Amino acid sequence: MSEPSLRILLVDQNADRASILEDGLREAGCTDITVVREMHSLLRRIVDADPDVIFIDLENPNRDVLEQMFQVSRSVRRPIAMFVDQADTEQIRAAVESGVGAYVVDGLHKERVKTILDTAVSHFHTFNRLRDELERANQQLEERKVIERAKGILMKERSLNEAEAYAALRRAAMNENRRIADVARSVVSAAQLLK
Amino acid sequence: MSVSQMTRPKITIGFIPLLDCAAIVAAVENGFATLEGIDIALVRETSWANIRDRLIVGHFDAAHLLGPMAVASSLGVGHLRVPMVAPFALGLGGNAITVSLGLWEQMQREGAKLGGNPRMQGTALSRVVGRRASAGEAPLTFGMVYPFSCHNYELRYWLAAVGIDPDRNVRLVVIPPPYLADAMRAGQIDGFCVGEPWNSVAVDAGIGTIVTTTTAIWPQSPEKVLGCRESWAQKNPQRLDALIRALYRASLWCADCANHADLAHMLAAARYIGAPAELLHAALANELSLAPGAAPALQPAFFVPGGRDATFPWISHALWFYSQMVRWRQIEPLPEHLAAVQNTYRPDIYRRALARVVRDTVASDTKIETFFDETVFDPARMTPP
Repeated sequence: MSEPSLRILLVDQNADRASILEDGLREAGCTDITVVREMHSLLRRIVDADPDVIFIDLENPNRDVLEQMFQVSRSVRRPIAMFVDQADTEQIRAAVESGVGAYVVDGLHKERVKTILDTAVSHFHTFNRLRDELERANQQLEERKVIERAKGILMKERSLNEAEAYAALRRAAMNENRRIADVARSVVSAAQLLK
Repeated sequence: MSVSQMTRPKITIGFIPLLDCAAIVAAVENGFATLEGIDIALVRETSWANIRDRLIVGHFDAAHLLGPMAVASSLGVGHLRVPMVAPFALGLGGNAITVSLGLWEQMQREGAKLGGNPRMQGTALSRVVGRRASAGEAPLTFGMVYPFSCHNYELRYWLAAVGIDPDRNVRLVVIPPPYLADAMRAGQIDGFCVGEPWNSVAVDAGIGTIVTTTTAIWPQSPEKVLGCRESWAQKNPQRLDALIRALYRASLWCADCANHADLAHMLAAARYIGAPAELLHAALANELSLAPGAAPALQPAFFVPGGRDATFPWISHALWFYSQMVRWRQIEPLPEHLAAVQNTYRPDIYRRALARVVRDTVASDTKIETFFDETVFDPARMTPP
């Protein structure tokens, strides 16, 4: 390993995602990583970091700002959008689908950059999966709560025991072809209206 | 869900929250797409780079696109070369140039007047720029939205026409439209060129003055287009034609003053533009408050969202964009470029799709463009370099 580590600049306003990617890149042997979260003085930060590779999250509207800086600035080595010289769009597709935009300084060895891009893509996917799982867990928790409240309402209003209350919700859900949590939500909002 | 709904072909379209996405939104909201038997899924995007990339990889079938971006993609300038087609224009005009109150005060001292013509305002700006240079002050900074945009070229055209070199005498930076007003408030920029509602947002916030519309610089100037990959257009001619008909009918609805209140309300929703309906309505009515507290003033033909003349994809527009790419050294001219540029704007597809809808369709593919400084752009006189 005589090649010097590539300098990487990571522009991401999401601190969690940035640290997941930073850890992944370090594991892959990159030691020179700069993370930018603040968008003001972006050009200054790029000049200081003098990166070989730049990653930016696609939710970031400042992606257009970044691209123009590459075009006009004489103080920045001109990075170009990745794979400009290749007809193969598969890697762009993989990057876009994971939510990351990548720029490299012209003339870098393709295989080296490819490994780093693959690392970025896979860690963006990891982040997306964690975010989805968190959302699902929150949703499940919320649904469990609303089903508990609906059961409580039915038990009180219709003098049912807990098992009967749940059975009533489940029956309604099957008859109306809805999810139990949706029926439970209707029960709760109806009860609030009648209060 | 009926069978016809299930089998209706879906077209995914990306858009940026700007006034000229109106026809696309109205085609969905008012059922023009359904009438043509197509189902449109709209995806709001945050940057033009994302629109470009998602068009290229096929996430989007079509997109609300800056006219020059379609040309840039076909040429492979600034990014991958992916031939695009622009078979339909999403209206004319709608841009303006706004300066900070501080710069406006300096311009007034040099002869600028509210509502003045581009020559008057530009001459005043040029004097301010000269005065600052001789006092050793930092050059003024102007924001625009993208390097390959009408905004960039219109701003540059105006500056150069009054003797300001846009690459030497001022600084030009890209800032996304929703952030322009904040950047001006923070003193990061002294002016900007952008589409509505973002000029009015700055005036309304009490931080900017509109010095000119870009339709005053270039009457009947082009703006966004419907863009799609050439390969998609070739594989899906019937879907594309149906989409063009839906957009055409939607554009007529958008152009009718009687619908402006409804349209403004529709576009104001957070999932579309997410700006106050009153500001959008004023821009649709071509009435802009030029300065904080000033009464709305009529800007004739400021934004034309629809109709035959506003939706026709003139090849001369594409050629002018190319001429500006060369002028501002975004691209080294090559003889083969001209064909690539001409094949991007597609009046033939426009005519094919609207053959039974528009009776007196435009016969020519190009026209002569005239600018405020009486310069004429004649595409017939454009020769391969």
